[in-house]
Amino acid sequence: MSLQTHPGTKPDPGTLPGPAVVPRAKKNTLSAFLSRAPRIRLAGLLTAPAGWLILVYVAALAALLITALWTVDTFTGKVSTTWTLDNITQVLTDPVYQIITLRTIWIALAVTVIDMVIAIPIAFFIAKVATAHWQKILVIAVLMPLWASYLVKAYAWRNVLADGGLLEWLGAPVGVSSPGYSETAVILTLAYIWLPYMILPIHAGFEKVPDSLLEASSDLGAKPLKTMRLVMLPILVPSIIAGTIFTFSLSLGDYITAQIVGGKTQMLGTVVYANVGAANNLPFASAVSLIPIVIIMVYLFVVRRTGALNNL
Amino acid sequence: MRLSKSAKSILGTITGLVLLFIYAPLLLVVVNSFNADRTFGWPPKGFTLEWWGRAFESTGVREAIVTSLWVAVVSTVISLVLGTLLSLALQRYKFFGREVVNLLVILPIALPGIVTGIALNNMFTTILGVPLSMWTVIIAHATFCMVTVFNNVIARLRRTNARLEEASADLGAGLFTTFWLVTFPQLRSALLAGGLLAFALSFDEIIVTTFTIGAGDTTLPIWILQNLFRPNQAPVVNVVAVVLIVISIVPIWLAQRLSADSVGATTGRKAAKAVVPAA
Repeated sequence: MSLQTHPGTKPDPGTLPGPAVVPRAKKNTLSAFLSRAPRIRLAGLLTAPAGWLILVYVAALAALLITALWTVDTFTGKVSTTWTLDNITQVLTDPVYQIITLRTIWIALAVTVIDMVIAIPIAFFIAKVATAHWQKILVIAVLMPLWASYLVKAYAWRNVLADGGLLEWLGAPVGVSSPGYSETAVILTLAYIWLPYMILPIHAGFEKVPDSLLEASSDLGAKPLKTMRLVMLPILVPSIIAGTIFTFSLSLGDYITAQIVGGKTQMLGTVVYANVGAANNLPFASAVSLIPIVIIMVYLFVVRRTGALNNL
Repeated sequence: MRLSKSAKSILGTITGLVLLFIYAPLLLVVVNSFNADRTFGWPPKGFTLEWWGRAFESTGVREAIVTSLWVAVVSTVISLVLGTLLSLALQRYKFFGREVVNLLVILPIALPGIVTGIALNNMFTTILGVPLSMWTVIIAHATFCMVTVFNNVIARLRRTNARLEEASADLGAGLFTTFWLVTFPQLRSALLAGGLLAFALSFDEIIVTTFTIGAGDTTLPIWILQNLFRPNQAPVVNVVAVVLIVISIVPIWLAQRLSADSVGATTGRKAAKAVVPAA
């Protein structure tokens, strides 16, 4: 950065060059008008992006809720604007969808926990243990391939898990069999794909913990585990929660990984996709998609006070 | 905190194992792109360049890449403008409803992609009656790419000093001059990093794209997904995947390098904190 301020160092007025009477700078009138009107300035900044978000996104979410209350004409296959609670009742009461919902939540939870368990020690090692030289290399080594295409990674796991593939070949001598294309495969693959979304915020969180604080804790006699629990964890919580928002939400809506490595595994996403495409029943798909929306909204509401939302 | 030698080496080993876990599947794709055996059994039975040749001759791949690039460029430009405006508004002003806007901007990434996908699909097809096209994809992509730019720029704005802008105004610079000569230079690398990430995100997006793209258009991820399950095409998909791994590394590496200057800024702040004991 070329512009750095040094708080506390004021320029000496005696050395300032220039005429005693500063000539009034030529301002363009719009700029002059705007600098006198902060509210209009703010409106100018806010209108386009907030308008976009409201008109495109909030409107679309609202429309989704409305469409969930409509139905499909069985003869024409077109959406008919007859109001009904049938879709929502069916999603909530039909055991098929209850099972799929529970399975999706289970997969998303498992992925989140696995990623947390992997990300915390790695992020800790990179941010606080490795030497400065290794830190840079490790950050790039861990994060770069993980940003590679979602599809490529899911596809890579299809290769790994395939019949007669790498995992089977590796596992055979030790008597471990490949999970094949299954629910376990979905969890494994999603955990792999979303790992950077967990490592990134946690790594940033560890970087925020000042070394002096850790030294102070150790000087006062705390063992590393105690320092970790009492000093680091409270600072890290928002970062970890930020990571869980990503992994949980991204897994909750997945259907492509389920298609590629899941075999017959059905997730909420699969149901939504099937109802938009093949079944052409947008109202029912909308009703199903309300489930992940409600789950994530509740989660965001619960964690809102931790400051996690500023760590996304 | 003083860690014992064994604790350090355990952590180091875990890191090494995870790196192995990260790279092995990707390397397997690379190896399989040269695998003569169509079923990709392990170990590979022979070496061939056939799939690479076929991939370079495939017009479907080329058209899909052009579509993807076009969508990614346009949605990155839109999201750069909107994301920057929004971050300036939220960082430099306090106003009623600020928290709501703050929540609004993270919604597109906090909600699953399938929600964004079906919500926009439903709005375009059922409510507005707009036919799906490349433009509906661009609108959808810009909506979540905006967040990446917003995050990068607002993080930088939090570190830059608003007093510099006041000083610029005191010295007689107009609003636009101040933005161009004082604010923008400080944001430049954050904008570049945010833009690169937005581009990568759009180029890679599959779920939202599936729901918002018209029948005639194909982005690269859509092409991959369509050909993944065709036994004849699967080897070509391997080649495209390898090329994608290599290509996606470039913008990420660049973004990493660019945000590295933020590391310098943090160290500077740490030094300042050491000097000023308050707070």
